[in-house]
Amino acid sequence: MAGKNPKSWDLGGKNFEELASEAAKFKGESLWQDAWRRLKANRTAWWSLLFLGVFMTIAMIAPLMPIPSPVFLDLQLEPQPPIWPWTNFGTGGFEPQYWELSALDNFMVDTRVAIFGDWQTGPWLGTDGKGRDILSRIIWGSRTSILVSLAAAFCSLAIGVSYGAVAGYLGGRIDNLMMRVVDILYSIPFIFLVIFLITIVNEYRAELEDNYGIDRETVFYVVIGAVYWLTMARVVRGQVLSLRNQEFIEAARVLGASTARIVFVHLVPNVLSIVIVYLTLTIPAVMLFEAFLSFLGLGIEPPKVSWGILAVDGSEMVNPVKLYWWLVLFPAGAMGTTLLALNLLGDGLRDALDPKMRGRD
Amino acid sequence: MLRFFFQRLLWFAITLWVVVTVSFFLMRQVRGGPFDGERALNEAIERNIKARYHLDWPQWKQYLQYVGPLNLDDHGAQFLGGDGTDVFTGILVGDFGPSFKYRDFTVNDIIGQSLPISISLGVISLMWALLLGLSAGIASALWRGSTTDVALRLVATTGIALPNFTVAGFLVIFFVFTIPLLPVAGYGSWRHLVLPGFALGAPFAAYIARLTRTGMLEVLSQDYIRTAHAKGLPPRLVLLRHALKGGLLPVVSYLGPATAGILTGSLVIERIFAIPGTGSHFVNSALNRDYTLAMGVTILYTVLVYALNTLVDFAYTLLDPRIKLEES
Repeated sequence: MAGKNPKSWDLGGKNFEELASEAAKFKGESLWQDAWRRLKANRTAWWSLLFLGVFMTIAMIAPLMPIPSPVFLDLQLEPQPPIWPWTNFGTGGFEPQYWELSALDNFMVDTRVAIFGDWQTGPWLGTDGKGRDILSRIIWGSRTSILVSLAAAFCSLAIGVSYGAVAGYLGGRIDNLMMRVVDILYSIPFIFLVIFLITIVNEYRAELEDNYGIDRETVFYVVIGAVYWLTMARVVRGQVLSLRNQEFIEAARVLGASTARIVFVHLVPNVLSIVIVYLTLTIPAVMLFEAFLSFLGLGIEPPKVSWGILAVDGSEMVNPVKLYWWLVLFPAGAMGTTLLALNLLGDGLRDALDPKMRGRD
Repeated sequence: MLRFFFQRLLWFAITLWVVVTVSFFLMRQVRGGPFDGERALNEAIERNIKARYHLDWPQWKQYLQYVGPLNLDDHGAQFLGGDGTDVFTGILVGDFGPSFKYRDFTVNDIIGQSLPISISLGVISLMWALLLGLSAGIASALWRGSTTDVALRLVATTGIALPNFTVAGFLVIFFVFTIPLLPVAGYGSWRHLVLPGFALGAPFAAYIARLTRTGMLEVLSQDYIRTAHAKGLPPRLVLLRHALKGGLLPVVSYLGPATAGILTGSLVIERIFAIPGTGSHFVNSALNRDYTLAMGVTILYTVLVYALNTLVDFAYTLLDPRIKLEES
């Protein structure tokens, strides 16, 4: 190697500088640019992304929209069926009744009142047994559900990926120890833990809020998030285990790359596709877990509303005498379409990020 | 191999110890005890009850008494469990003690009655999940992009996207109220378990279908599959002998969490369909501060989940020779 003279190579009559400037003309494309381009080409995934974007925007500006209050009670005898927009587009009588809102939300409610006055949309999706508007409850519920799932997904992503990748790459004793910790946490039936923590928080909520400024919901997010990183860590570690002995990692090691660099620059991008597939499973799982806790009466507390509470309310109205289909169908439909879009987006991302697909189509 | 199992056994002991200790002390930190009711008890009665269950002891002493076959009473009096005839001997010998809320039962009685029901429900739903999930996943991977694939994925996503009590609601509307095929709730014959099993297994079938599809697609694009095809092996053989093994790896690693999920999911399903399984005790005992029952159920679930995870790891090495047991 040392004895070889570069000039003896056949360079097609050019020197190195010329070749280098020629190569610089080609614009490189990073993995992410490539993936973004291919994601846009995938129509299903692109529409899902747009749908989710619109949905999140609606959720964010919910207080601005001229929909009825989600908690305004109108105690009738039974749930009212949907009335189509062309029959009853809207009426007056809006009451700005909410739970304790943040300053920004209060500002938005004030703006809404300034723009629309007391005009509000009609019961397009019907009302529930207490006369509350289902459309409004679905929109307000989406705020809670989206917040819970994003917080938890972010937690699981950050902790799980780094933990799993480090364990898988280091291998040996350290891997063993790290994964046994995950096993121990796994084996603690975490539903028990969550039930317990929430019971404790319920007992001490006044102290927590007064002394530390932590409310019950923050605990809720943290607990769910801290539970869901375990699966992510396991999956990433499994993938890294089968990658760490491959040539490109050895090459990186030979070139003197540090452990952190190998893990986060070389290994993590390679497991990202499976991480994303798991993430699109985690977000629905968290939303469903919230529903599960609501079913047990441990989730978000009324008067606040979430999709879980709506689903529980709906399924409690299933009886052989009269079918209140709008109470079951619309909340389930909202949840179903959102999670469907998430999954389709995840599939699209998977295809777009697959390194084996690079440069094709 | 043997070393692997011994290692696991050691870690199992540590896990169990952590779980027992943490939940024992955590539970006793929470306000309210098992005998608090609407009305305050007479002071003397309360003292007596507490003395009977040794709740007046310092916590470390209660803990030792709970764990080991020790007799720590100053006067040598024995701690009688259940209907007052059995001597409580500690969890080390598999005695979970008397239930604080169901006065005449020991925790072992309660678990012994409810666990078989929960297990049969779990097995049925796991069978539903594997049957539907694997076949749907393989079909979608083989015909990627076809109408079948799209349709199967839509169905699978709906399965993931709905809470199991909503699925149960739809099932009840269709198969009980509309077409009276199956009983609405209760427990007695296998027909009582079909709907609950399906409602419980449906989300897991959907997960398994997705994982199988992802895994199979990954494997089907590998070189060794191309080689197998090039050798002229019949497609069915390539699929069954070469592709399936690698493609099922993600599913196998998911089976541990899936079983745990089915166990906890049964909490809701058992409540909806009025099935007298273990799930209902899980939440109620924590809320009732029924210390021994809550501990018993927690320990039981810990053991189950741990054993299943070990089995899964073992199966993993059988399927993927690149991963060695000694290494982990």
